[in-house]
Amino acid sequence: MLTLDCPYCGVAAEETELHGGGEAHLKRFGPASSDEDFEGYLFMRENPKGVNFERWRHVNGCGKWFHAARCTMTLEVFGTYSAQTTEPPKALLAKIKKKRPQWPGYGAEK
Amino acid sequence: MSEAVSALNNASYAGFVEVTEMGLQGMITLRGDLSSAAIKKAVKTAVGVGVPEQRKMAMADGKGAGWMSPDELLLLVPYAQVEKTVTGLQKTLAKAHFMAVNVSDARVMFRLKGAGAREVLAKVAPVDLSSDAFGEGDLRRSRIAQVAAAFWMSGEDEFTLVAFRSVADYVFGVLKIGAQPGSEVGYL
Ligand SMILES: [Zn+2]
Repeated sequence: MLTLDCPYCGVAAEETELHGGGEAHLKRFGPASSDEDFEGYLFMRENPKGVNFERWRHVNGCGKWFHAARCTMTLEVFGTYSAQTTEPPKALLAKIKKKRPQWPGYGAEK
Repeated sequence: MSEAVSALNNASYAGFVEVTEMGLQGMITLRGDLSSAAIKKAVKTAVGVGVPEQRKMAMADGKGAGWMSPDELLLLVPYAQVEKTVTGLQKTLAKAHFMAVNVSDARVMFRLKGAGAREVLAKVAPVDLSSDAFGEGDLRRSRIAQVAAAFWMSGEDEFTLVAFRSVADYVFGVLKIGAQPGSEVGYL
């Protein structure tokens, strides 16, 4: 059972209160962008084995979107954070790096 | 004007916990910056209580305010006063960025009363309802079986719950089954 702390409600919300929103921190490319950028925005995802950043919505709760960092292999949750940001908080990245020294770091694969 | 009726007309069920549909209840969704002086003042004027803390319900003299999200409150007033209260909010908050909507007829309210009230909710909501974790005045917005609901502990062995009116019968059914004599768990 997946449990994520909602940064807005301050509760440990279990899976059935949540709705997954896919990969976090995508940069939007809309009309007037190149076909390549638009395709990348629509279809291309990291899909890493290991550390992953995701969007979640506390749908049966406050209704707010937030972010979560998880491991796709062990399903360990590293932490959750506010949606009002374009990248993961530094403290969380440091925490992940400590737990996964082999991890190349946020954005390194891009 | 047609006569307003609630979803289940005060239907009630006496199981090991009493489940009652509360009839017409004034409910207002208020959204805005809850930390602003304007909202604080407007809430106080409208329902006579301060802006509640995170996940709390503040009640006084049959009126109240419940914390729904960092920018949303549920205001409770008697049904007959709801329109006047909304007009009042619109006047007090005229210069602020806000939304105040009368949602009374879109909702249903239930009350669970009895020693096992915690247990009935714990059967159908993914929430820690132990007495250590959930006490009087605590509120949680979550789900009841398959539908969204919010509930708070409104007294000793008493919970109040709101859900969408369209699922009133479903919620009543779920709560009735949860409160069926013989289905006591006796854990919480
Ligand atoms: Zn939440």
